[in-house]
Amino acid sequence: MPNYESVFIARQDISAAQVDGLTEAFEKVITDAGGSIAKRENWGLRTMAYKIKKNRKGHYVLLNFDAPAPALHEMERQMRINEDVLRYMTLRIDEFEEGPSAMMRNKDRDDRPRRGGDRDRAPRRDAPSDAPAAEETPKAADDAESKGDEA
Amino acid sequence: MSKPSFFRRRKSCPFAGPNAPVIDYKDLKLLGRFVSERGKIVPSRITAVSAKKQRELSQAIKRARYLALMPYCEQ
Repeated sequence: MPNYESVFIARQDISAAQVDGLTEAFEKVITDAGGSIAKRENWGLRTMAYKIKKNRKGHYVLLNFDAPAPALHEMERQMRINEDVLRYMTLRIDEFEEGPSAMMRNKDRDDRPRRGGDRDRAPRRDAPSDAPAAEETPKAADDAESKGDEA
Repeated sequence: MSKPSFFRRRKSCPFAGPNAPVIDYKDLKLLGRFVSERGKIVPSRITAVSAKKQRELSQAIKRARYLALMPYCEQ
């Protein structure tokens, strides 16, 4: 039986539990037809690069499985019928990837630059507050001078 | 014969060699290096990717685009 890798995108409005339910339903189609699931990955709610059916975000799920072709056709048919599935793509692959996919591996790394970006922005927010502080010092100097004059 | 003697050393393909990265449509960080700011695939004459790997790469980028992991066109 050939190896397949399938990714589908679910609508943004459904909950994570519903996504799991959906995934299980598709997995059942595969296992009932004599296939086996090698890996299941939930990439979570991601922002899509462009809108699909007015959705800006989508729940991404990846499935690696070994199944006869009719099982795959049945699963794809159900994906087409299901309105919660925005898009799917199935590829036949020679060998399953060991361990988590590039998407999961990069997830932590992807988060870091974003946090770093926030850090970069933080000083910019502080910058205006620096300016008044700079203004205060000359005043304080003036006060000191005036005090000196009085004394 | 007496051509001006400037020739840039031909850069080698980034996907050649033993520990070259595997081209995968899920590896957005890798694919991101081979598209322009507009989201267009950069020609191999600029990135020095070999013809064989460029075909693989463009296939991977197109797959990533279909799944909305990468834009077809930005702005």
